[in-house]
Amino acid sequence: MQSRLILKVLGFLIIIFSVSLLPPLLIGWFDNDGTLQVFLQSWGGLLLLGVLMWLPNRMQSDELRIRDGFLIVVLFWLVLALSGALPFILAEHPTMSIVDAVFESMSGLTTTGATVLTGLDHLPRSILYYRQQLQWLGGMGIIVLAVAIAPVLGVGGMQLFRAETPGPMKNNKLTPRITETAKALWLIYFGLTILCAVLYFAAGMSLFDAIGHSFSTLAIGGFSTHDMSIAYFNSPLIDSIVILFMLIAGINFSLHYLAIHRRNLRHYFFDSEVKAYILILSVLTVITVSLLIRDGVFSEITSAIRYGLFQVVSIATTTGFTTSSFSHWPGLLPVLLIIGSFVGGCAGSTAGGMKVIRVELLLRQGRREIDRLLHPNAVLPIKLNKRPVPDSVINAVWGFFALYVISFVSLGLLMMMSGSDIVTAFSATAACLNNLGPGLGDVADNYRSISDSGKWILSFAMLLGRLELFSLLVVLTPAFWKR
Amino acid sequence: MKIIILGAGQVGTSITEILSREAGGDITLVDIDEARLSLLQNRFDIRTVHGHASHPDVLREAGCDDAELILAVTNSDETNIVACRTAAFLFNTPKKIARIRATQYFAEDSSFIMDGLGVDHIISPEQIVTTELLRLIERPGALQVLDFANGRVQLVAIKAYDDGPLVGHHLRELKDHLSNVETRVVAIYRQGEAIMPDGDTVIEVNDEVFFIAATEHIRAVMSEMRKLDKPVHTIMLAGAGNIGFRLAEALEQKNYKVKLIEQSPERAEEVSKHLKRTIVLIGDSADEELLKMENIDKMDVFCAITNDDEANILSAMLAKQLGARRVMSIVNRTAYADLIERTMIDIAYSPKQATIGSVLPKFRTGALEAVHSLRLGTAEAIEAIALDDKSSKVVGRRIDEIPLPKGTIIGAILRDDEVIIPHHDTVIADKDHVILFVQEKKHINEVVALFQVSAFFI
Repeated sequence: MQSRLILKVLGFLIIIFSVSLLPPLLIGWFDNDGTLQVFLQSWGGLLLLGVLMWLPNRMQSDELRIRDGFLIVVLFWLVLALSGALPFILAEHPTMSIVDAVFESMSGLTTTGATVLTGLDHLPRSILYYRQQLQWLGGMGIIVLAVAIAPVLGVGGMQLFRAETPGPMKNNKLTPRITETAKALWLIYFGLTILCAVLYFAAGMSLFDAIGHSFSTLAIGGFSTHDMSIAYFNSPLIDSIVILFMLIAGINFSLHYLAIHRRNLRHYFFDSEVKAYILILSVLTVITVSLLIRDGVFSEITSAIRYGLFQVVSIATTTGFTTSSFSHWPGLLPVLLIIGSFVGGCAGSTAGGMKVIRVELLLRQGRREIDRLLHPNAVLPIKLNKRPVPDSVINAVWGFFALYVISFVSLGLLMMMSGSDIVTAFSATAACLNNLGPGLGDVADNYRSISDSGKWILSFAMLLGRLELFSLLVVLTPAFWKR
Repeated sequence: MKIIILGAGQVGTSITEILSREAGGDITLVDIDEARLSLLQNRFDIRTVHGHASHPDVLREAGCDDAELILAVTNSDETNIVACRTAAFLFNTPKKIARIRATQYFAEDSSFIMDGLGVDHIISPEQIVTTELLRLIERPGALQVLDFANGRVQLVAIKAYDDGPLVGHHLRELKDHLSNVETRVVAIYRQGEAIMPDGDTVIEVNDEVFFIAATEHIRAVMSEMRKLDKPVHTIMLAGAGNIGFRLAEALEQKNYKVKLIEQSPERAEEVSKHLKRTIVLIGDSADEELLKMENIDKMDVFCAITNDDEANILSAMLAKQLGARRVMSIVNRTAYADLIERTMIDIAYSPKQATIGSVLPKFRTGALEAVHSLRLGTAEAIEAIALDDKSSKVVGRRIDEIPLPKGTIIGAILRDDEVIIPHHDTVIADKDHVILFVQEKKHINEVVALFQVSAFFI
């Protein structure tokens, strides 16, 4: 472990992050709502911390090794979640305990969207903006951003990049240089966000809401500036724009890159992951809407379609916006949607969950075993996009799945130990592990009622989900620390 | 510069390693071995594409439409040629370099390569390595011999022995010993440490001395450092790969007595068909009995050139032990350079470095004529052309005014046809070929930048 080098990179990343406190600072100054001081202190503190870590070690120029990369990513997310909580702790309104502030900040950065706050509509705009922005930064990843704007990280940047981006196959770079790849991803992300904000604004949101919601939509986050979430606007037009952009953000950004780079949309239709993604969402929508109609939850069929479709896309992509309280829907629907969030979006998107491609590979592997029973001598490669997938990837996916299930069960049991009932405990764990947000039972609207220990457990679950288990778990193994 | 490299073999990997560390090289590497690609992708900042290097769809996926250069160094001549032709026809790629081994292709008219095959430059690493090995064998006593300016100037590395007249004396006395010979000692390595030589430096026994001189004076200078070996007659080569075969062929043409050991009976039979006087032996080059039976103690040179570093080193040591006069070994791993210094092996030669040296100038934008690696790649010698324009940092300046990085020495200047061994007050003129020795490889980019003509004035 090269601790001085790690400190240097961490300090550098914190300095970059500290810049993100300036926009809310300006809003606080403009609104003159007393939060200027809060953001000034947080910004100064972060900047100081970053400089203190970076300055004495700036001459370190060795290359990052694999272990350093994992440790930096995990430490950075921890430091970020803690320091990102500063404005919440310092602010007088809302008044938040440390555990609440860390939970809120972690939920923002990991794009989970679970909140402990109520009465959002009455909070200072600077704080609201800050929450939305946390999600936006966490969506594509701050480390990816740092790699994009700071080529100094070099080959080590690739280590960090891979530890932060989701998906089982991380070798498909868009461009030869990692900085160029990161730049392309952030540009697309940025462009889509602007487009989304413009459409929201045109559809009737205020400028502040349009920007805030575009942030949490593209990040597949789910934070809103209103207690009622998207239902506040009560507009079918806005609902459909939200659905569209949740769908877009749940697709692999490499495909967006190809589409823009080659000015051609056909990649979307030939990608087997996108096909599976759309198929899963369609099946879920059909089931949901028909059950809603059968049980007469909505008086009109059109409302059943409108709310059913919205909730399916929002929950299954792990966004977590709500237009209707789906946790009170009858029968299997609430549980079905939560299970849908385990699948999540595509690899290389901003969505959470296990990712469509992993589920697809698991199913095909299962299918292969059945085929093998019938044809014991057959060679049965698993193919994606007409190319065989190496067995090493399939093994990694199996390992991932096993750990995901174990994490889910053990964290859920821990939640029950901390005092939650079974529905709350397991739905909250699922919602946090999948970076979804809203759960069932006591956590259908917010996470106020969870005990302090429960909030720490859930914060850990969110980070575990965002870093896709391995990056975080590897640091927790004894072997990692052995020389 | 967007570069596509086809083939992740030794040459492809080495070039990738060097270029990917430079700012301007955006590299996409293509190969059919997926495991190899993912290994390299983890190590370097590059993109990789898995597929057959000459197929249009693979080239397209690798970004051939906007690549500026394609370097085809797969194992197969034909794949390399077809890839270049495809790139030329479909994608209009400006610069195409291919490795071609079969000499039959060179036999035709020169326009055949360019127009017929669509290849702008051919690199032939085996050819370069064979020539350099041949030079080493023919210059007994030299550790490394490099040609500059079409062979008019040479840089030679030699180990000092106590029978050399200059050994134990100050360097400035060299002028008195050889009154009409101009030479410049550019570096001395003492127990692996580099020393910046000046007139007061005393040459010690076992020093590794690098000097530059006009080719006709090399022998005279060498004899100052050690008593020269007797001329070479008998040579034993271990390993009949591409290099071993070519080397045997070249040596037998020059009337040396050559024995060639090869492990695989098929290969041995194959090369024996094409060789005239060489004795091809089937067996293990580390087989003591075989070596003794073939009179290893009467050999002037033993040269281990299989593609296995460790086998080469060990069999060379064994040969020395058994009485071969001079032993050489091919070593590709740079990390072995300093280790070998402490063994009985007289010369360790790196074909990898030689190849890179011949390919790299084609990538560098500066006015570079040649780049050579020394001491298995820890130091470099370069030949740069000083071009006059308003931004030039070298033309019209005295040598002591040029801001050279530490450990860098200008060893010789070639002006028109005259070889000048420069002094501190020599002024560099337009179109001079400047031969520099760079002690630390990390400074190479600074040196290249000195000779780079600024883009504004082109």
